[in-house]
Amino acid sequence: MTQILNYFLLLPIFGFLLSLLIPDKKETLISQVAFLTVGLHFISAIVYVIAWFIKGCPTLNVKDIDVFRTTGYDFFVDLYFDKITVVYLLVGALLTFMVTIYSRYYLHREQGYKRFYNTILFFYVGYCVAIFSGNLETLFIGWEVLGLSSFLLIAFYRERYLPVKNAVKVFSIYRIGDVGLILAMWMSHHLWHENITFLKLNNYELVHEHLQSHTFIGAFISLMILITAAAKSAQLPFSSWLPRAMEGPTPSSAIFYGSLSVHLGVFLLLRTYPFWEQQISVRILIAMLGLLTAVITTGIARVQSSVKSQIAYASISQIGLIFIETALGWEDLALFHFAGNAFLRTYQLLVSPSVASYLIREQFYHFSPTQSSIEKSFFSGKLLNTFYILCTKEWNLDAFMYRFLWNPLKWGGKKMNFLTLNSIFAFFAVVYGVGLFSVHHKELINPNIQAYLPVTFATIGLVMVLKAFTERKNALLSWFLVVMNHFWIALAVSFNEKFTFNQVYLYLSGVVVAGALGYWCLRKLKNLEDIIDLNQFHGFSYKYPKLAFLFLLACLGISGFPITPTFVGEDLIFTHIHENQVILASFVSLSLIIDGLAIIRIYARMFIGPHTKSHHEVAYRSS
Amino acid sequence: MSSKTLSKIRNTFDAQKVIHDLKHFLPAQNPLKDFVHHNTLHAFQDMKFFDGIRKASAIFGYHVSLTLAEYRNLYAEGRIKKEVLDSIISEKFGKYEVDAWKEKMLSEKYNEHSSPRIGTLRSNWKRAYQIDLDSMVHPTLFRIICGFLDQGIAIWEFPEKEKTFLDALRAMERNSFSSYFRKSRAKSLLLNTDCKIEDLLKVLVGDEGLYSQYLFDQQFAHQGWSGIVSAVEDNPESLLDARKISLSDVITFELLLEIDALDYQFGQHQWQPLSQNLKRKPVQLFADVEATELNDVLAIWQLAFEWSYYDEVLAGIKLNKNSEIPQNPKTFQALFCIDDRECSFRRYLEQFDTSCETFGTPGFFGVEFFFQPEGGQFYTKVCPAPVTPKYLVKEKSETKGSKLEKDLHFSKHSHSFYSGWLISQTLGFWSAVKLFWNIFRPAMSPATSSSFRHMDKQADLTVKHHHHDEEKGLQVGFEIDEMVARVEGTLKSIGLVTDFAPLVYVIGHGASSVNNPHFVAYDCGACCGRAGSANARVFCDMANRAEVREALRERGIDIPAATQFVGALHDTTRDEIVFFDENKLSATNLNNHQTNHKIFDTALDYNAKERSRRFESINTELTPAMIHDKIKIRSVSLFEPRPELNHATNALCIVGRRSLTKGLFLDRRSFLNSYDYQIDPEGKFLFNILKAAAPVCGGINLEYYFSRVDNQKLGAGTKLPHNVMGLIGVANGIDGDLRPGLPSQMIEVHDPLRILFIVEHFPEVVLDTIQRLYATYEWFINEWVNLVVVNPETKDFFVFQAGEFIPYDLVATTIEEVSDITPLLESTQENFPVYLISA
Repeated sequence: MTQILNYFLLLPIFGFLLSLLIPDKKETLISQVAFLTVGLHFISAIVYVIAWFIKGCPTLNVKDIDVFRTTGYDFFVDLYFDKITVVYLLVGALLTFMVTIYSRYYLHREQGYKRFYNTILFFYVGYCVAIFSGNLETLFIGWEVLGLSSFLLIAFYRERYLPVKNAVKVFSIYRIGDVGLILAMWMSHHLWHENITFLKLNNYELVHEHLQSHTFIGAFISLMILITAAAKSAQLPFSSWLPRAMEGPTPSSAIFYGSLSVHLGVFLLLRTYPFWEQQISVRILIAMLGLLTAVITTGIARVQSSVKSQIAYASISQIGLIFIETALGWEDLALFHFAGNAFLRTYQLLVSPSVASYLIREQFYHFSPTQSSIEKSFFSGKLLNTFYILCTKEWNLDAFMYRFLWNPLKWGGKKMNFLTLNSIFAFFAVVYGVGLFSVHHKELINPNIQAYLPVTFATIGLVMVLKAFTERKNALLSWFLVVMNHFWIALAVSFNEKFTFNQVYLYLSGVVVAGALGYWCLRKLKNLEDIIDLNQFHGFSYKYPKLAFLFLLACLGISGFPITPTFVGEDLIFTHIHENQVILASFVSLSLIIDGLAIIRIYARMFIGPHTKSHHEVAYRSS
Repeated sequence: MSSKTLSKIRNTFDAQKVIHDLKHFLPAQNPLKDFVHHNTLHAFQDMKFFDGIRKASAIFGYHVSLTLAEYRNLYAEGRIKKEVLDSIISEKFGKYEVDAWKEKMLSEKYNEHSSPRIGTLRSNWKRAYQIDLDSMVHPTLFRIICGFLDQGIAIWEFPEKEKTFLDALRAMERNSFSSYFRKSRAKSLLLNTDCKIEDLLKVLVGDEGLYSQYLFDQQFAHQGWSGIVSAVEDNPESLLDARKISLSDVITFELLLEIDALDYQFGQHQWQPLSQNLKRKPVQLFADVEATELNDVLAIWQLAFEWSYYDEVLAGIKLNKNSEIPQNPKTFQALFCIDDRECSFRRYLEQFDTSCETFGTPGFFGVEFFFQPEGGQFYTKVCPAPVTPKYLVKEKSETKGSKLEKDLHFSKHSHSFYSGWLISQTLGFWSAVKLFWNIFRPAMSPATSSSFRHMDKQADLTVKHHHHDEEKGLQVGFEIDEMVARVEGTLKSIGLVTDFAPLVYVIGHGASSVNNPHFVAYDCGACCGRAGSANARVFCDMANRAEVREALRERGIDIPAATQFVGALHDTTRDEIVFFDENKLSATNLNNHQTNHKIFDTALDYNAKERSRRFESINTELTPAMIHDKIKIRSVSLFEPRPELNHATNALCIVGRRSLTKGLFLDRRSFLNSYDYQIDPEGKFLFNILKAAAPVCGGINLEYYFSRVDNQKLGAGTKLPHNVMGLIGVANGIDGDLRPGLPSQMIEVHDPLRILFIVEHFPEVVLDTIQRLYATYEWFINEWVNLVVVNPETKDFFVFQAGEFIPYDLVATTIEEVSDITPLLESTQENFPVYLISA
């Protein structure tokens, strides 16, 4: 029975790959592949769950494949199946199934019909990997796939400005979540000295024993998990991304942001519950966060005058309540609430265009000039206005992200404006050479100095990647810096201990290949168009769709996307950062966040957005 | 005048005048509930068509025609005909230039890219100051305007909505701990000064000579919101829950937000006005636009495209032999709206009952009034948009019918957290069932907008006026003489004055759709975007009155006592028909009616089949009845963005007797207005017909034209990501500008042709008629619509050019004849040429 679990991952992967091969124009075939894949998945899920019930609902776990194994390190895909998986599987399969049918006619004649179904299936792959995952590493793979497919679906109308801008915005929030997860993985390697499975977390004594001696580590891991969950489920302070994600076709907004994607934060909490169950302070924190989110976003939902943002905020506030339920340990209620909320919001979003005729009719028959609302009975005059203004401004959440996260980064990057491609290259050659030399001849260096070297090199990497993120003139330069960042990280970690350079090679081989491919794409674009600045969106995917796709693959390779060696390498490299090297860990993870952002920025600026150089119809920037 | 005084004049900024000009150029689309088709580029209508669109394109960056590649492709496909193209070139440049010009038309490479003038001045913020003002200001501005205008989406309403926009903001800013502004200067300007636009511009721009252009740049950066504000300012009644907003208020507030954003970025008083950092002055927005060779080439292509089709139609009219009007006695007569969607329905009726006769007239049937349904809190105008009626007709009914069915999914309770907690865990599961159901078995629901809900079939209408019964300045019902005038006017204008059949149907139309914010655009344009059911019934009620008939007899219209008028409503999406007041029919007529009803049903099945050829989801080869069922399901499917194709492909407006077109297959592309020149020798009725038809049909046609050629800037783009904003418009996402115009799903099959009016009368009478009112004449003389006259006696054609009628020689000599159109319908989804239908 356990071995069948593989089938639940392989089926969507197969469907996704198949859908990539169908020519653009074959609408019926494309939708049928999606329909059959998800339909078959749904039916198998029902049958499987019935069988599972008959067997008395056992918790299943299967260690699948070793991706990479070395002494003291084993990266393996692990699958897990229990009540939580069942609920997420059934809800997800049913909704995705209905949406694939729904979209069949809804997207008829839309440019990007195929792209839509590819992305939906890709999303579904990520979703399945995440909900079946048996350890954090596997979960992380699904997590990344979800993040990327979200980006692609928000930027579905890639020739307009706002979808692309918002897609980048959402991606950056997701990136924070990703790094939270990486850090959680890093610390738990040190806590358990293995890639712990969720199954083992159910062992109360084991967890209890480990947490007894490592209170701080336990709290740190829980906190990272909470940040990841909050980012994914649009809890405070990340909430403002959710309504902004509603840029794609309505059905995709409905399942992604109305229901499935946004509830995965809850999934993460439910899945790791045995781990933080014993940390009362964490549980209080989660509940408080949920409550605060529920209260604030309810207010924001009430002032929204556009139907989709209203549904988005209402959904966030329900998820806040689900967080509380989870923190209280009411798993069944949380699951039930999740399913109800997912169905409700999906349907509400799908019928949202009908709101015009429905509410206008209602207004025509039931209008009363002064509506009563709870706010008026609660507050008067000044407070009423204050809260109204704050709610329409979304409590400055969107501005807050800018102010405290991106603006300091930009400020830092701008300080590096004096750097040119040549000076950077020279600097890199010299300093990196010295660094390499020192790694191979550690014995020559004073151990006191040696202790500072990893942080020094990580800092250089960080500074470089900051520059990459804010570079405006030259995409090639930005790309070069992004690639180099991985070299700096590798160098920094190499000081830590004597590990075989194989691991570094594994890590860097992916980087080199992807880096070269990306460089080639940008060179080619420069030859074709003589434009390489990052000042605005250029939208070249309109003219060179194949080049755009190749470059996207390069971006995935370089950002450590789960299909690439870079990914395993990244994870591996992290295990070599010691638990007491918090500064190094935070620098490396910060540079990985910014690295990802810089990469997606290059892709977005060069290849998507309004294509200004052509003579086809171009939408207004504000539309 | 010396150059000095000239520059002085140019530098004087008059805010009122600039705002007046701005309002003229901004999109003039009303809020969703009052959507009415109009010429998108109405602001350029005082120029000749090709001059106007060239100018609009250079100033605002619109695409105003198909691309060169598209035209060349049409030529290669034979849709643009070689002979027509040759004759147009030779007429324009002479016979000897044909080859040289053809070379240019077919293979010359042109640079089709040009940068618009709009936005160049304001783009200097980004260039010289490295600040993206739009992305700092727009989200806040849009949200505040939308919150203020919102008609019922938000649960917590705008606090000071009864004040004017600026006063409301003042009141809120004055009495609050938080603020929409980030710095103190803008706030204090708002609270402590009268915020003159010129004073704010002085801070921002500095140079008075640039003010006007700056405001144009600023407002056209979000023409959707500015347009709706301007429309609501001019038509406050277009919002049921009225608001006091003006473009001037919005501009003022936007200028304050801009000052605030700059203060925030650079520090208060730390930045200089825009004119200080301007390297060179931008081109004057409205300076002349030189015509280029590319403009000529595109114009010739457009003309060739249009006349390739027109010529076929005219040849069809000339060669049409199957034009006999049925002999008496007729089984029934039916009045339809002129709408192009009724074109094929009429053809099938005439095919299945050769003794019936059909007519076309604007679908309010000449009775203009406000309608108040039972339980309605407001009045709804049901007549063409420019008319303001003096009458009110009320629906009286025991029950409220199906109008008010509820759907909890739209309930606002699901958005607050405690009731939302309950609802999501209960109703949430019901949603999954409903969604499942709707995907596999779509059906009518409260979410559907249905034409039959407009008026309850069983209800009574207050058609007759009773002594001094008035409401809010409107007379309830009509006096007898008012009824007589209306019935006479309508009947005479369509030429129905003798030979009445025992049953005369008066058939309004409406549409049904779901998940469609543009639902109003699908209903009857002559009823202001409502269904025509109330009008049809009111007309019949009038025409059935003995006292009315008596008076009509004196005026030469003798309606036999046995003749009864029956109102009906045709749902163009579902192809269903409902007849009203059948219980008032005499026994004989009821019997006849039941026979006719079957004819109507068959005709509707066939009509559904004809429509289905455009629909991907339906196999056109099925039987008419099977297709009809599928069409009905389609109309209520949540996932169907094209419930019907509305006016897409419209290209003709034929004003004349049915005999002109009866034997022609026009592929649902024509507005048909019945008219008999014999009873109107001086063009009295013709004048009224054209006065209404030119703006209505021309408006529909040009809105389709421009939404098709530039679906991004002049249309609404694809409707799939649309988000309903405040019940007044749609936008993409949550921060976007409103998208006026038509979504791509409505226009994708449309061929952008200007409409051709074909009038059956003598050229001199028509010339005299169209010149009586300049507003009407402007459409023709400036060529925004084309006009051809058919001499009713000789069937010779005269085309209207530069103020006179010139004989037109047909290029086509034959038109293909078909006996059965069914195989044709099943053959392709594309547009058809004109065919003769052999009897």
